[in-house]
Amino acid sequence: MKQTLMATMAAGLMLAGAGAAAQTAPEHVRSWAAGCANCHGTNGQAQPGMAALAGTPAAATVAKMQAFKSGALPATLMHQISKGYSDEQIQAIAAYFAAQKN
Amino acid sequence: MKRRQWIQTASAGSVLGALGLVTGCATPGGSGPKVVVVGGGYGGATAAKYVRMWSDHGIDVTLVEPNAAFVSCPISNLVVGGSKTMADITTPYDNLVRRHGVKWVQDRVTQIDPDKRTVTLASGATLPYDRLILSPGVDFMPGSAPGMAKAGAADTVLHAWKAGPQTLALRQQLQAMPDGGVFAINVPLAPYRCPPGPYERACQVAHYFSQAKPKSKVLILDENEDVTSKGPLFKKAWADRYKGMIEYRPRHKVVDVDAATNTFKFDFNDDVKADVLNYLPPMRAGDIAVKTGLATANQRWCEVNFLTFESVAVKNIHVLGDSIQIAPAMPKSGHMANQHGKTCAAAVVALLTGKEVNPMPIYNNTCYSFVSDQDVIHVASVHRYDADKKTMLTVPGSGGVSAAANALEGQYALAWARNIWADSLA
Repeated sequence: MKQTLMATMAAGLMLAGAGAAAQTAPEHVRSWAAGCANCHGTNGQAQPGMAALAGTPAAATVAKMQAFKSGALPATLMHQISKGYSDEQIQAIAAYFAAQKN
Repeated sequence: MKRRQWIQTASAGSVLGALGLVTGCATPGGSGPKVVVVGGGYGGATAAKYVRMWSDHGIDVTLVEPNAAFVSCPISNLVVGGSKTMADITTPYDNLVRRHGVKWVQDRVTQIDPDKRTVTLASGATLPYDRLILSPGVDFMPGSAPGMAKAGAADTVLHAWKAGPQTLALRQQLQAMPDGGVFAINVPLAPYRCPPGPYERACQVAHYFSQAKPKSKVLILDENEDVTSKGPLFKKAWADRYKGMIEYRPRHKVVDVDAATNTFKFDFNDDVKADVLNYLPPMRAGDIAVKTGLATANQRWCEVNFLTFESVAVKNIHVLGDSIQIAPAMPKSGHMANQHGKTCAAAVVALLTGKEVNPMPIYNNTCYSFVSDQDVIHVASVHRYDADKKTMLTVPGSGGVSAAANALEGQYALAWARNIWADSLA
């Protein structure tokens, strides 16, 4: 239930963020996403021991990041990292990873 | 594309047209624009890989790196402490060559000619470039401890601040030390490479002592007012885990080292003699950057445009990693150098192909420190470009440190290492 709610909220954010995210050129979104690769692998293709982001549906990544931001999902450091990214940036980055092969 | 950007790009004489055609290339007969990367550490290796990837292999990349393989500074303190080996922190350059088509030249750059846009190698060969990416790391400030210039001094008093032979040599000094001995490490005034590194090293040495040489002591002699990174967490580890073993002394500025007697000399405090002396000299940008006139901040660090990492002093030369004059709250870390490498790679590809440079970079830093062989503390931050101040600033409300040292983050720290080594080199 909680997950469904989060997914719904995330979908709402996606719509709200779609306008702003659409203005960012794909190669700039790719650069933003590359900032996650240090821990989650090039293009989100992770080495063992870290969550792979490649191929993950955008809504799932957005929901997880929002849950990190709100504190709903406990974390070691992602609650601190997620707060540095705007909802539009999270949506754009999540869509980038969703399109990558895992 | 904005007119001003187009003119800048066009005047660089290296526009890759819409069809991938090249005009004004540095070398006649070359198949694409030429990028030379100097230094195969976290910054340079990453930049080399990503320029190839993001140009769809259209830009020719040569990496000049003298070492036979990449040896990681992060995790190297665990080799000093004995829970990891040199093999664990070593990654070959093969994948950059085989998978990404980077041309690796195992040599050293001796001279850069910004007017002719060439670099000269120790072998005497010259390489032309359209854009040069310099990631030379740190070198030590000359003359900061006159005694270190004496014959043999640098062989007995080690820094082990560039992972490699000295990492293992320091481990061997600790192994040879009798129980009841003293290990002393100094911390230079910030900024220096890897802010939490000296304090993590103290923990690793103490971890080894607590297991093998329990009567021994660790002395930290810090030129700074206080611990420069993760202070409360390190102090808690020292008090809880290494009580009576680690002693921390702030405001201790090393002015000389007597290698014959293994002694630190300070500006005001009494001399400290130790069985194993670990001297971290004050640092500055890599010598080749200083020599090329790029160290515009106090002749020490290289100021860059944070959108492109291009030097503010010399056109077509980009500087990455520990060599740069950092933005506020930006650490000199391997993680950050990797982020510089990707930001610079994107900008270099854009500049050489007539595209817009990303006006809004955002990236993070994550830094794990081992307080034992298992337990870890982190500091994390998110940095985004501020167009008004033209620098990278941390995002308000983001970032932070671990609540307490824990073994789960020990696992994440090793997973981080596997991932960043792959992101930089595979």
